[in-house]
Amino acid sequence: METESFTKTHQATTVTPRTITLSINGQQHALTILPYVSLLDALREYLDLTGTKKGCDHGQCGACTVICDGKRIISCLTLAVMKEGAKITTIEGINHPIQQAFIDHDAFQCGYCTPGQICSAIGLLEEGKVKSREEVKDSMSGNLCRCGANQQIIDAIMQVKGGDNE
Amino acid sequence: MTQIGQPISRLEGKLKVTGAAKYSGEYKVPNLLYGYVVSSAITKGKIIKIHTESAEKIKGVVKIFTHLNRPGKAWFDMQYADMDAPPGASFRPLHNDEIKFNGQPIALVVAETFEAAREGASMIKVDYQETKFQTDLHSNLAAARDAKKGMATLLKPPPPKPTGDFEKAYAESDFKASGEFIHSTEHHNPMELFTTTTLYDGKGKLTIYDKTQGTINCQLYVGNVFGLHFKNVRVVSPFVGGAFGSGLRPQYQLFLSVMAALDLKRHVRVTLDRSQMFSFGHRPQTIQHTRFGATQEGKITALNHTSVAETSQFEDYTENVTNWSSMMYPADNTLFEQKLVSLDVNSPMDMRAPGGSTGLHAIEATMDEISYKLNIDPLELRLINYSTFNNAEKKPYSSKELKACYLQGAEKFGWYKRSPQPRSMSRGQKLVGYGMATGIWDAMQLPARAEAIITKDGKLHVKSAVTDIGVGTLTVMTQIAADEFGLNMEDVLFFYGDSKLPFAPIQGGSFTTATVGTAIVFASKALKKKLLKIAKTSNEAFKKAEIEEVTFKNGMMIYKDCSISFLEIINTNKDKPIRTTNFGYPHALKLRKYARAVHSASFVEVEVDQELGTIKVTRALTAVAAGRIINPKTARSQVLGGMVWSISKALMEETIMDAQLGKYINQSFAEYHIPVHADINELDVLFVQEDDKIINELGIKGVGEVGLVAMPPAIANAIYHATGKRINRFPIHFDELMES
Amino acid sequence: MNNFDYQKAATVSDVVGKSTFVAGGTNLIDLLKYNLTNAATLIDINTIGEHHDILEIEDGVRLGALATNADTAYHPIIEQRYPLLSRAILAGASAQIRNMATNGGNLLQRTRCYYFYDPHAPCNKRLPGSGCSAINGYNRNMAILGTSENCIAVFPSDMSIALSALDAIINIKSEDGERSVDFADFHRLPGDTPPIDNNLKPGEFITSIDLPLKGFAKNYSYLKLRDRASYAFALVSVATGLELDGDTIRDVRITLGGVSHKPWRVKDAEHYLIGKKADRENFSAAADIILQGAVGFAHNTFKIKLAKKAIVRNCMMALDPSTQLPGAQPSA
Ligand SMILES: Cc1cc2nc3c(=O)[nH]c(=O)nc-3n(C[C@H](O)[C@H](O)[C@H](O)COP(=O)(O)OP(=O)(O)OC[C@H]3O[C@@H](n4cnc5c(N)ncnc54)[C@H](O)[C@@H]3O)c2cc1C
Ligand code: SF4
Ligand code: FES
Ligand code: FES
Repeated sequence: METESFTKTHQATTVTPRTITLSINGQQHALTILPYVSLLDALREYLDLTGTKKGCDHGQCGACTVICDGKRIISCLTLAVMKEGAKITTIEGINHPIQQAFIDHDAFQCGYCTPGQICSAIGLLEEGKVKSREEVKDSMSGNLCRCGANQQIIDAIMQVKGGDNE
Repeated sequence: MTQIGQPISRLEGKLKVTGAAKYSGEYKVPNLLYGYVVSSAITKGKIIKIHTESAEKIKGVVKIFTHLNRPGKAWFDMQYADMDAPPGASFRPLHNDEIKFNGQPIALVVAETFEAAREGASMIKVDYQETKFQTDLHSNLAAARDAKKGMATLLKPPPPKPTGDFEKAYAESDFKASGEFIHSTEHHNPMELFTTTTLYDGKGKLTIYDKTQGTINCQLYVGNVFGLHFKNVRVVSPFVGGAFGSGLRPQYQLFLSVMAALDLKRHVRVTLDRSQMFSFGHRPQTIQHTRFGATQEGKITALNHTSVAETSQFEDYTENVTNWSSMMYPADNTLFEQKLVSLDVNSPMDMRAPGGSTGLHAIEATMDEISYKLNIDPLELRLINYSTFNNAEKKPYSSKELKACYLQGAEKFGWYKRSPQPRSMSRGQKLVGYGMATGIWDAMQLPARAEAIITKDGKLHVKSAVTDIGVGTLTVMTQIAADEFGLNMEDVLFFYGDSKLPFAPIQGGSFTTATVGTAIVFASKALKKKLLKIAKTSNEAFKKAEIEEVTFKNGMMIYKDCSISFLEIINTNKDKPIRTTNFGYPHALKLRKYARAVHSASFVEVEVDQELGTIKVTRALTAVAAGRIINPKTARSQVLGGMVWSISKALMEETIMDAQLGKYINQSFAEYHIPVHADINELDVLFVQEDDKIINELGIKGVGEVGLVAMPPAIANAIYHATGKRINRFPIHFDELMES
Repeated sequence: MNNFDYQKAATVSDVVGKSTFVAGGTNLIDLLKYNLTNAATLIDINTIGEHHDILEIEDGVRLGALATNADTAYHPIIEQRYPLLSRAILAGASAQIRNMATNGGNLLQRTRCYYFYDPHAPCNKRLPGSGCSAINGYNRNMAILGTSENCIAVFPSDMSIALSALDAIINIKSEDGERSVDFADFHRLPGDTPPIDNNLKPGEFITSIDLPLKGFAKNYSYLKLRDRASYAFALVSVATGLELDGDTIRDVRITLGGVSHKPWRVKDAEHYLIGKKADRENFSAAADIILQGAVGFAHNTFKIKLAKKAIVRNCMMALDPSTQLPGAQPSA
C-alpha cells in the first residue's frame, strides 16, 4: 500500500532575499533576508537575539512574545518583512521593575517562558485595560508555563501593578 | 548566617529575566548548519522509497540523510542503551526501512538555513508499505504480560510479593471498595523544544550543547554509538528549558545532530518542532483496578492493586504503579500486579512522578470511597491506618512526619469546616467540595562525584556534571557548599551542566539534591583535610589540630583561638589552588535497616457549576515532609509546580490516540491542554519539620515529584464531595459533571 | 512552510483580484507553517491606507476590516454600545493574538479540526475526496448542527458569534465592484463542498463590517465553555442580546458557537421568545428549538445538552451582565 501526504506540495521556485531594516531595542538592524523568515527566527537565528524563545512556533504558547509599537505580539506568526518600520522591543532591550519582581517571587523555574511572560506583562501594564487579579490572569493566559510557576508570575505582576489583588 | 534553610533567590535569576541565559539552541556558531527532521506518516510498516529529488534542489540544502545513506558501521543494539534504557533494544534512528511508530524520524534534511531545511523537509515524499498496527490499550488487554527484567529493574523493583490471603480477607471484610481507573497518555512537553547543537571541533572532537537531564549519559551514548573516545565528546547543558523526565534519555535529535556533524564535518543544529515533541517518550496509558477491604473501625485489612500499562514493541518500560499502597497502609493481606501490553508506539519513559502520580490516584480515590462507605472523615481514615513502618519492605521509615502534614495541613486549609455529605456544600451556583489525599515518593540517593577547590583568590569552587533543569540545583548546591566552609554565597561558585565535570547521574526522581549535595559534603570534607594538612606545614598553631577540631568561617580556618585565612594557605601551597575530588554515596549498610520516603498530604477545594459542570480548583494546600529543606523558596516552587501539574493531570492533560490512524491527533499546545494562568487559583505549600539523621549527611530527601502524587486524587475526591459523582478516568472532563 | 514572495499593498485596488492576503497572519502563517496551504506571494494588506478604524456611520458603526481585534474590543464605541462584541472578542485567543488579528481575518479563520491540521490524515476540507477522519474518529470538538457526511468541522471564531447576533453586514470589494452580505449568509455549511468555508470569492477583499444601531448594550452576555479557563477554543459558546420591557422580552438574539460550521442562529427561537417573560422556562424552550435537529457523534453528544444549558444560563446572565466573568466563564 502506498500512502502519500494528503496535502499538495508546491514546486520550488526561486524567491530572492531582500534587505530590510528592523528597529529593535532602539537600534537599526539591516538584514538581508528571505520573505518567509518569521520575526522570531529573524531575531534568534539572524540577529543572535535569542532571549525571545520558541516554544511552539504556532502561536500556542506565548514564549516568543515581543513588544511591537507598544503592543505585545507573538513573533512566530508574523514575518520579519512585515515589521519594517515598526519599533520592536525584545527582552534584551527591557529594563523594568517586573524583572526584579520575577526574581523576588521565584516566578520561574527553567526560565524558558520567562522572557515571553515579562514582555507580555509589560504589554498588559501598558495597555492598562485589566484591573483585578482574575482579569490579569485571563489576560496573561496567552503565556503558558510548563514548570507551573503560574501563581508566582501573577504575584509578581500584581506587585508591580499595585492596587487591587482580589 | 548559615545558607541552608534560607529562601535565597535563584542565582541565575538575572540571566533568565534578561534573556541572557543560553539554552542548547542558542549558542552563536559560525557557519552553522540546520537539520529538520522528517517524520513517518504511518504507524507500522516499511519505507519503500523516499523521494528526495525536489528537496535536494532547494537552494541551501546540503544533504539529506535517510536509512539508505546514513553513515556508520555495524552498530550493535547494546551500544544504543543509555543509563535510563529499559530492558529491550533501544530505538536506533535511521537504522533501516522499518517503521515502528507514527512520527518516527525517517530522514534529516540539513541545510545552510533553517528555512531551507524546513522547506526541504516539507517536500520529501515517501512511499510506504503499511502493515496492521495496534495502538489501543483497551482492545489489547488479552496480550497483557509480565515485564522483562533488566538493569532498570534495580531502581524500579516489581511490586511486592503477595502477603496473607487477599481473596479470603477481602471476601470477609466488613467494607469493600473497588474501582477501575483509566489514565490517558501524557507527553512531557517542556517549554523548550528539544535541540542539539553539535560543534565539530575537528579530528572527531565534538562539543555538544544538548537539552538533557544528564550530560554524562549523553556523552556515553554518543561515544558508544559513534565509536568515539569519551574524552573527545563533551556535552554541555547549563540551561535546560524544562524536561520533566524527557531529558533522562538521549533523544533522537542528539543522534541526528552528531551524525550529521561527523559526516559533514560541520557544526549542526537539529531542533524538533512541537508536534515532533510527541514522537518520543511519554507517560504510558494505564488501566488500574483496586479492591480494598476494611473493618468496621476503618482498619484496612486487604489491598489489591493491579495495573496494565502500554509499552513499545522494542523496550519494556515499567514504572511503579502498584507498589505504593502497602508502603502507606499496613494491611496483612496484599496482592499486587503489574502487566504490560506491547503496542505500536514509541517507548514510554519517566515523566514527573512516574508511576506514583498514576497509582496514588487509584489508591487514594479508593480510600476516599471507603471513608464514605464507613462514614468516617477521609482524614480520620488515614490516621486510623497510620504507620511509621513500611509494610512492603518490612522496615521502619528513617523518618515519617506525615501525621504532621495531615494535622497542620488540615488546620491551615480549614478542612474541619467540611460538611461530610456529598453535595452538601454550595456557593452561589456552584457546588463546593473538599477532598484530600496522601502522597508518597521514594527518597532515593545515588552515588556521585564532586570536586571542591579553593582558588588562588581564596574562593570556593565546586563542580559536578549535574544539570539544573529549573529545579534550583545551582542555588541549592551553592548553599550547601557555602555552609560547609562558613562562606557567603558570593564566595562560592558552582560549576555544573558539563560532562567534563565530575560524574553525576541523570537528574530525576527527586534524588539530585541528596545525591549531588552529599557528594559536595564528601568533597568538602576531603578539601578541609587537605587545607589543614597544608596549614600545618606553615603554621605552628595548627600543628596539633585534628580535623574534627577546626571550623571554617568567612574564608578562615579556625582552631581554638588561632585562625588562618584561605589566602595564607594558598600562599603556603605556592599560590596554587587546592583541589579535591571525592565520591558521595548513600550509607548502604546503615540504610539497609530503613525504608525511605518523602510524604505529603493535599487538601483541595473545588467549585463545580451545578448546571454546566465546569470545574474550578479554587484552593489547594499541599503539606510536605521531605527532610531538611535547603531552600524553602525554590522548594516551594517545586511543589507549586507539582500542584499545577496535578490540576493538569486531573482535569486537562491527555494525548489523544486515534486508534484507526494509529497516531496522536492533538500534537500541539493548542489542543494538548495544560493549565493557563486563569486555571490557577490559590495554591499553598507547607513544609513540616522533619529531622532525618539517618538518611544522609544533610538530612535531605527531595521535593521534585511529591507535589504531583497527592493532589490529583485530592481533586477527584473533592469533585466527588461536591457532586456525588466519582469519576475515575483522568482527565475528568467537565461535561461528565453536567446536571442531568 | 514553502517559499513565497512578499509585497506590500498600498490601496485596495492593489489587492482585489489577487491572492493571497496576509493581515494579522495569525491564521494564514500558521497554516503555511503546517504545510496546510501554500502561496506564491503574500500580499500584505496592513499597509493599505484605509479600513483600519472604527467609525460611526449613519445607521450604526463600521468596523474596519484591518482594525485589530484588540483595538475593536477596547474601542469606547464598542465597549459602550456593543459590549457583547467586546466580550466575545476578548474571550478568543490570547491578548497577543488579539493585538495582531484583524477583524477581516477573524471571519476567515479556518477550522481547528484535529485532522484538518494533520497533513497526513484524510480530510475532505483539506483534500476533497480523501474522506473525513473525524466522523468515525475523535470528535469531542466537532459539530452537532448542520453537519454533512463529508465534514463535521466547527467554525472556531468567537467574534463572529457576536457579529451574527448583532446582525452585522460584511462589506466586500472585488474587481467587479462592491457588495454587502448579511452575516447570516456569509459562512456556509459543509454540505458537499467542505473546502469552502464561506461565500467570499477568490480575489474579493473585505473592507469593513457594519453594525446596525441596535447593540443590546443593556442586557447581553457571552459565555464560552471549554476545557480550560482561557486560551482554548469553545466547545460551546453563546452570545445573547436581550431587549426587555420590564421582564418581558421585546427583542432577542441568540447565536451558538462551537457547534457548527457557521455561527448557529435560529430565528424561530427568537420569535418564540418575543413577548414572553424572560425566565428560565422560556429560555429553555427556546434552547430546545435552537437545538432541533442536533446530532452528536461518538465523543460529542454531550454538546447537545450542554448547548441547551448554556443558552439558558447565558440568557439568565444577560439579565444581569455584571455577573459575567473574565474569559466568558459561567457566572458565580
Ligand atoms: C493559538 C490560537 C488560539 C486562537 N484562539 C481563538 C479563539 O479562541 N477564538 C477565536 O475566535 N479565534 C482564535 N484564534 C484565531 C484568531 O482569532 C485568528 O487567527 C485571527 O482572528 C485571524 O486574523 P488575522 O488578521 O491574523 O488573519 P490572517 O491570518 O492574516 O488571515 C486569515 C485569512 O483571511 C484572509 N484575509 C484577511 N483579511 C482579509 C480581508 N480583509 N479580505 C479578504 N481576505 C482577508 C487571509 O488571506 C487569510 O486567508 C486563535 C489563534 C491561535 C493561533
Ligand atoms: S470534519 Fe471536516 S475538517 Fe475535520 S477531518 Fe472531516 S472533513 Fe476534514
Ligand atoms: S513560539 Fe510563538 S507562541 Fe509559541
Ligand atoms: S519557567 Fe519553565 S516554562 Fe515557565
